[in-house]
Amino acid sequence: MSVLAGADLRLNAGPIDYALLVVYFAVVLGIGALARRSVSTSLDFLLSGRSLPAWVTGLAFISANLGALEIFGMTANGAQYGLPTMHYYWIGAIPAMVFLGLVMMPFYYGSKVRSVPEFLRRRFGKGAHLVNAISFAVAAVLIAGVNLYALASVVNVLLGWPIWVSIIVAGLVVLSYTTLGGLSAAIYNEVLQFFVIVAMLLPLTIVGLHKVGGWQGLVDKITANNSNATEQLSSWPGSNLTGITNPTMSVIGIVFGLGFVLSFGYWTTNFAEVQRALSAKNMSAARRTPIIGAYPKTLIPLIIIIPGMIAAVLVPEMGKAKAALLADPNAATDVKFNNALELLIRDLLPNGMLGIAITGLLAAFMAGMAANISSLNTVFTYDLWQDYVVKDRPDEYYLRVGRWVTVVGTVIAMGTAFIAGGYNNIMDYVQTLFSFFNAPLFATFILGMFWKRMTAAAGWSGLVFGTLAAVLVDILNRAGALHLQGQGASFVGASAAFVVDIVVSVAVSLATVPRPEAELTGLVWSLTPKSTRQHSTEGDGGGWYRKPLLLGIGVLVLTFVLNLVFG
Amino acid sequence: MAHQTRSARKAGLFDLRWIIAVLFGIYGVVLIVLGVGFRTDEDLAKAGGININLWSGVGMAALAAVFGLWAAWRPMVVPERVEEMPPADDAAGAGER
Repeated sequence: MSVLAGADLRLNAGPIDYALLVVYFAVVLGIGALARRSVSTSLDFLLSGRSLPAWVTGLAFISANLGALEIFGMTANGAQYGLPTMHYYWIGAIPAMVFLGLVMMPFYYGSKVRSVPEFLRRRFGKGAHLVNAISFAVAAVLIAGVNLYALASVVNVLLGWPIWVSIIVAGLVVLSYTTLGGLSAAIYNEVLQFFVIVAMLLPLTIVGLHKVGGWQGLVDKITANNSNATEQLSSWPGSNLTGITNPTMSVIGIVFGLGFVLSFGYWTTNFAEVQRALSAKNMSAARRTPIIGAYPKTLIPLIIIIPGMIAAVLVPEMGKAKAALLADPNAATDVKFNNALELLIRDLLPNGMLGIAITGLLAAFMAGMAANISSLNTVFTYDLWQDYVVKDRPDEYYLRVGRWVTVVGTVIAMGTAFIAGGYNNIMDYVQTLFSFFNAPLFATFILGMFWKRMTAAAGWSGLVFGTLAAVLVDILNRAGALHLQGQGASFVGASAAFVVDIVVSVAVSLATVPRPEAELTGLVWSLTPKSTRQHSTEGDGGGWYRKPLLLGIGVLVLTFVLNLVFG
Repeated sequence: MAHQTRSARKAGLFDLRWIIAVLFGIYGVVLIVLGVGFRTDEDLAKAGGININLWSGVGMAALAAVFGLWAAWRPMVVPERVEEMPPADDAAGAGER
């Protein structure tokens, strides 16, 4: 392979790789075109989508999250921190997914709430709804920027265009993909994308491990190259990840900050995630959706994080950058941890598999950004514009507004992509955003669901002060007052947001008048009849292997065993 | 589940399992051809001696076969009418209303 200075990030894609990429997009756009051709086939499409078995909705459930954040961020994390990154899955996702299926889903599904903003409007009225809609719109634009940056960096390594040109071009491509009707096939594409991503990562992991001399070879090389190798090779206590030197405090930070607040906040209240489960055909399937999704979620970090760790020892530039950054976190390096996956693909995969890998990356980022932009579109048009700004216009008017929001949102995302590009590790940025937006939402949600005394004023004020608390932690940390490196700042920020939200909500509730109980039926646990929370155990809901509790315990045991193996 | 409805017909191409089978069938065949007929020593050295195109191709072809057989064995049927239309998925397709 010819190595040219300045162009050494280029992937050596050949005609066959582009052909494989074209096949994928032909299939995806073909689904959309077929679905559009006539109303009846479109109906078929939607209905057959809805009669899919629970394993498909389960895969769609984790696929909705398997975008840029996951693939780039977690390989970057693996390269930088090593095995403690596993906590994002085993502590940071599995318990929350099981909790969603076992405890919250009966209640969500039984109360017929369709989305998070809708729950807030019914439970607390307009104040909390407005606050949540605004913060959701802001978060959607910022996270769309992360996806766009990741997409642009693939275009950058693929074609060698400067990053700003790549961002603009990638944004325009997503815009046309969104308007071409790719989204009508959302769930199908998500499941398809899941398999393509596995088809990319599994061979990459196998080849990487083979080349590095197996697991033992990887351990030896990390030990030889890094002064903090023991921290990187054991998932606990994860001091290098949290930036908290005291092991006990580090474990508390991981379990409470990541495992409880950030994770439960994300998995149980995130618009896109929860809706996947809510659209299941019955209560039994709805409860099983997140739990079935938890099984692949337990195993997939093995083919995401381990390649990141391999990249840091196998790719010379990455190893050099890691050594420099370990000595001085502000060192200027040629490559960033965010580049770990691309570099590994460049060094290991021959033409053919390279095409599959490029397809997987592009598919994930496009779908991720398209989902962000379209949820922004919905929330802005219907929850903000129609409810608060211009009311009572004909449907076509709002359709037009929606189209413009898509365009404007994409343009703003091009701007926020540069914010994401400024971070050496994209996951630091994403976790900071989650601490602002998800942690307070979870606090308000869980309190409002289980405490009937909580009032409307408490609903919005808790959200506002919770978010402010997390922002304050971030500002203090940037100013150097807190000395938290890595992702510890976002764990602390999320915990602060959670605690402040609860304290403010309780204080405001006690000072204001609660809503009459009759209005809260179906919205608060104690006021919801038990019968609406249970599901039939006959037919499709029957069989021991369909029991949510058994499936949930199974995945928790699996997670525990993996923790022992990689402890 | 779809099997129990009386007025129902097959979903055909819209069955996700067929779409997976077709996509990975194509990918599998292309990669096997590349692995058998066009492998170079440079590619082999890159992957540390594994013919990764060939083996990935075999894996993908096997995946395609499993999904194809499953879809043929238990075809999905679409109910003619659905009592209550579940809410539109707000996270997707908003621009299409």
